[in-house]
Amino acid sequence: MLKQTPSQTVGPYFLYGLIPQPYGRRGVADNRLASPELPGEHIRIEGQVLDGEGNPIVDALIEVWQADAEGHYPAEAADGQPRHFAGFGRADSSAGGLYGFETVKPGGVAEGQAPHVNVIVYARGMLSHAFTRIYFSDEAQANAADPVLALVPEERRNTLIAQRAELPGRTVYRFDIRLQGEGETVFFDA
Amino acid sequence: MPENIGTRPPIATVPAIMGKPTVPNDLTKPSGNANPGGGNAFSPRDWTQHPPYDHGPYRSTALRSPRQPLIPIKQALSNLTAPAFGDGSIDALDHDLTRNAVVNAAPLGERIIVTGRVLDEDGRPVRRSLVEIWQANAAGRYVHKVDQHDAPLDPNFFGAGRCLTDDDGRYRFVTIKPGAYPWRNHHNAWRPAHIHFSLFGHSFESRLVTQMYFPGDPLLPLDPIYNCTPDESARQRMISTFSIDRTEPEWALGYEFDIVLRGRNATPMEA
Repeated sequence: MLKQTPSQTVGPYFLYGLIPQPYGRRGVADNRLASPELPGEHIRIEGQVLDGEGNPIVDALIEVWQADAEGHYPAEAADGQPRHFAGFGRADSSAGGLYGFETVKPGGVAEGQAPHVNVIVYARGMLSHAFTRIYFSDEAQANAADPVLALVPEERRNTLIAQRAELPGRTVYRFDIRLQGEGETVFFDA
Repeated sequence: MPENIGTRPPIATVPAIMGKPTVPNDLTKPSGNANPGGGNAFSPRDWTQHPPYDHGPYRSTALRSPRQPLIPIKQALSNLTAPAFGDGSIDALDHDLTRNAVVNAAPLGERIIVTGRVLDEDGRPVRRSLVEIWQANAAGRYVHKVDQHDAPLDPNFFGAGRCLTDDDGRYRFVTIKPGAYPWRNHHNAWRPAHIHFSLFGHSFESRLVTQMYFPGDPLLPLDPIYNCTPDESARQRMISTFSIDRTEPEWALGYEFDIVLRGRNATPMEA
């Protein structure tokens, strides 16, 4: 067996490498996962990344990977074809610690899991990345039956539930990520 | 380039990303979807190799390290898919940082070749997988607009690139050897020369972001980030090897850097 290469921090300067679009260059992903034509409920997921003193972290990288409204992860397709659903997204938190994704609400995937978005958090000051999941506040019944949420102590489950809000013309789910301290987000050894 | 900062072209469709079955074909059920049934477990993150979240000498970890224990997700519940990027995600010069941002001349500094294989723990090549890199220029300055280090930008060097591994798991970049640069972690703190690497691998859980260092760098013993992981051999595996075989005559020195990602468990874990 070979040994895993150690993780290292993403550092403060990842943006031009991993999300170079603001630098006028092409990237492989951004914070828009779904084009308007994609079937499903179009939503925004947004929140703030906070440190152990509740201060915003302005140099975090958030990556998401999710299924579409039918619960399917993106399937094989002809290379280079424009696609309506990426499934994978990247956002940074340079705007006052805020990040956001434009996507569709995922459907439930295999094994009776509630609709959720897989999340990785990276930042300067994080030597290893952290895995978490976004669940949805209007899915109480599915959440109650979700086998991953069931692994989480009940009093901490709320850190994984994005709160739905209806704003004029759009639906926004709020999901703050607290790396440490009171209300620390649940992270998984996924 | 600096003059382009702030322009963000509108994109009508999302980037081309394909999901792919993330376990070797002989183990994949036909659907290839989220959870092929629980038997295709991946080995866990090896915390004897990876750094802890809280590492005192690296001061920024103090308020950014989770303190609650990580909650293990049973293997059968984990997400065995990963985004896959095809040739459509890569432009012809993306792998060559000495040419992918040229305005009027070649970038300054020592031209180098950085190549290696992406493997899983069983030694199998990770094929057709996206590798992304970013780095400082020869003077130790990043293009990132937040970097205020008093060293010159190079108008002909952007400092980021990407490529796909081939069927042998091999990637190859041409770039400029990055310079050391100061940071404010402690008095007279300097980061050793390094290149940031981002890897995908077989599943979203096998994502890895790491840094590649250069052999013989006198700053390595002093660097809290390099020294974050207690295992000496783990640290050594973040240092590239000079390779005369990868060196091209009259042109560029070669460095070899293999990367090992999480692999398949020999014994599937609990369902």
